Amino acid sequence: MESLTNRKKVVSNKPMTFIEKLYLPAIFSGMFITLKHMFKKKKTIKYPEETRVFAPVYRGQHVLKRDEQGRENCTACGLCAVACPAEAITMVANERKKGEEHLYREEKYAETYEINMLRCIFCGLCEEACPKEAIFLTDRIVPTEFERGEFIYGKDILVESIEERIDISKRQNTGKRGVV
Amino acid sequence: MDLAFIIEKFSLVLLVFLISLGVAAYSTFFERKLAGWIQDRIGPNRAGPFGLLQPIADGVKMFLKEDFIPKNSDKWLFIIGPGISMFTALITSTIIPWGPPVEVFGRQVTLQIADFNIGILFIFGVVSMGVYGIMIGGWSSNNKYSLFGAIRASSQMISYELAMGISLITIILMSGGLSLNDILDHQKGINWNIFYQPLCFLIFFICSLAETNRAPFDLPECESELIGGYHTEYTSMKLGLFLFSEYVAMFISSAIISILFFGGYHFPGETYFVGNTLAIISILVFFAKTFFFVFIFMWIRWTIPRFRFDQLMHLGWKTLIPLAIINMMITGIIIAIYEGWF
Amino acid sequence: MTLELIAYILGGLTIGSALMVVLSNHPIRSVLYLVITFFFISGHFLLMNAQFLAIVNIIVYAGAIMVLFLFTLMLLNLNQSDEPNSKNYLSLSAIIGGGSLLLILIAALRDEFTFNEAIHENYSGLVENLGNTLFTKYLVPFEISSILFISAMVGAVLLAKRENQQID
Repeated sequence: MESLTNRKKVVSNKPMTFIEKLYLPAIFSGMFITLKHMFKKKKTIKYPEETRVFAPVYRGQHVLKRDEQGRENCTACGLCAVACPAEAITMVANERKKGEEHLYREEKYAETYEINMLRCIFCGLCEEACPKEAIFLTDRIVPTEFERGEFIYGKDILVESIEERIDISKRQNTGKRGVV
Repeated sequence: MDLAFIIEKFSLVLLVFLISLGVAAYSTFFERKLAGWIQDRIGPNRAGPFGLLQPIADGVKMFLKEDFIPKNSDKWLFIIGPGISMFTALITSTIIPWGPPVEVFGRQVTLQIADFNIGILFIFGVVSMGVYGIMIGGWSSNNKYSLFGAIRASSQMISYELAMGISLITIILMSGGLSLNDILDHQKGINWNIFYQPLCFLIFFICSLAETNRAPFDLPECESELIGGYHTEYTSMKLGLFLFSEYVAMFISSAIISILFFGGYHFPGETYFVGNTLAIISILVFFAKTFFFVFIFMWIRWTIPRFRFDQLMHLGWKTLIPLAIINMMITGIIIAIYEGWF
Repeated sequence: MTLELIAYILGGLTIGSALMVVLSNHPIRSVLYLVITFFFISGHFLLMNAQFLAIVNIIVYAGAIMVLFLFTLMLLNLNQSDEPNSKNYLSLSAIIGGGSLLLILIAALRDEFTFNEAIHENYSGLVENLGNTLFTKYLVPFEISSILFISAMVGAVLLAKRENQQID
């Protein structure tokens, strides 16, 4: 049959010539290649001093968002936990009491919300599942720890503080399907 | 045997010992740098300026690691193994002439620890001892991968020693003596052996790659098949000694290659200098040649992939040994004609 | 005097390590003691100013042959259970045999047992002298032994050569 791409090569198994059998020309050409690479521009990024530019779709450490009035968006519906393929998310829901309206946006809120960062695969399905725009993956890198227990992130780490909001505008347009 | 002589020899031994270890330490650093450069990376650059303190950091790390001896190992032999490796790597430096005689405090000091009249054979003796460190270490670990490594090392060393020895016969024939000084006297100026014996140099170089267990002949420690080969079970400074002895051996064999084929400390135009000036320039020239070969050893390591074991044996027995024998016979015939035997 | 002392110490060490070859309970250790023994013997050669013989002894015996021994021993699975039961009469006969050999040796070498201090003045062990002797006085035995080596090599090559394999 006629080839569509013309890229196929016929593999031949013909015996090597004497020069090829010496292997020395091949060795020297290989050595020349490595010699050339010695003087090429280095690709290294010296990490703590220089950082790479993150792609807008970069998925790093999670954040639980608050709204403009500083109330937590999360309503503990559990959709993120259901969506999570690694089963990293657990939560305990609680009812909002009188006088807590300035803390929680909805009538139900997450009393505890834990993500096991050792299980998390940073797929971003949780933010896709979230109906309240409460959880987002940010461009922050999860720091290393020396104990396993420290990798279970509770609300103290995940919820953004009122003063220092975390910018998720890049993710808002990319994470949600159909929003764009 | 006066006191000054003893002091002179002792300080020379100390100096050579320190230089060998220092060069080996910095060649570990340089090897990592070179590997980085070849792979378009920078290499270690954090410890000290340009990463120059990296060998010290490595050494401290090695010393502080847990020293572990496997339960079913042969404890004494397990400890002796790396020691033998290091000892045999260092002991070869005794016969290397580092330069022409220097005048220190009115004394004529020969820059050679001991001048045996069997110089080259001494190198062979020590090299053939070198395999014991690996074999003992590999066997006493009581681990099948270590044993594989040890067995590979021994068969590889025996095979390549033959080709190495036969190839060197040509050099001995040409210089008419076994001592390294005889060989050096034969190649004053730029009358180097490499111009007469390029094939011999090639064979010797390949064999010395194999004898020092450097890539592409690093089958005894072949990490993709044998985990770590003969040093799989080793930790801490015992492992450090094994790794370090490889670099010492590389330095010493580079020095020997430069003596045998590249005129050692001789360089063209050396007749214009005298006394200590000549000595200093000669020593620098010798070290430059040696470091060039250290560089080539490393360059080869990061270019050429590892041999398969049957390819190794084929190369040793079916290519190098016949080539060495042919080279030896041709050289013998030419020398016989030159001396007017026919 | 010091040379004589060194010679005696070296001799004692040689005999000691040679005894350890026989007495040590593991074959690998025996081989390693044998290597040490070869080193001591090389030391004796050095005392007799035979540098060439000393280094050749190390290269050939300690460096090559013993490595092969070690190689084979490492490949064997030497467990305690594999060792043959040494019967009492076997050890008895071994003692008698070895003792009579020692007796004969002592009887034969009785007159030679004085240590000759002047032996280090002898230069026959150096390369040039040895070569001269081998190629003049002992030329015929030397060449005959080379024929022996050649035949051994040819035999080894024949043994190692693979027959044309036929695949069914």
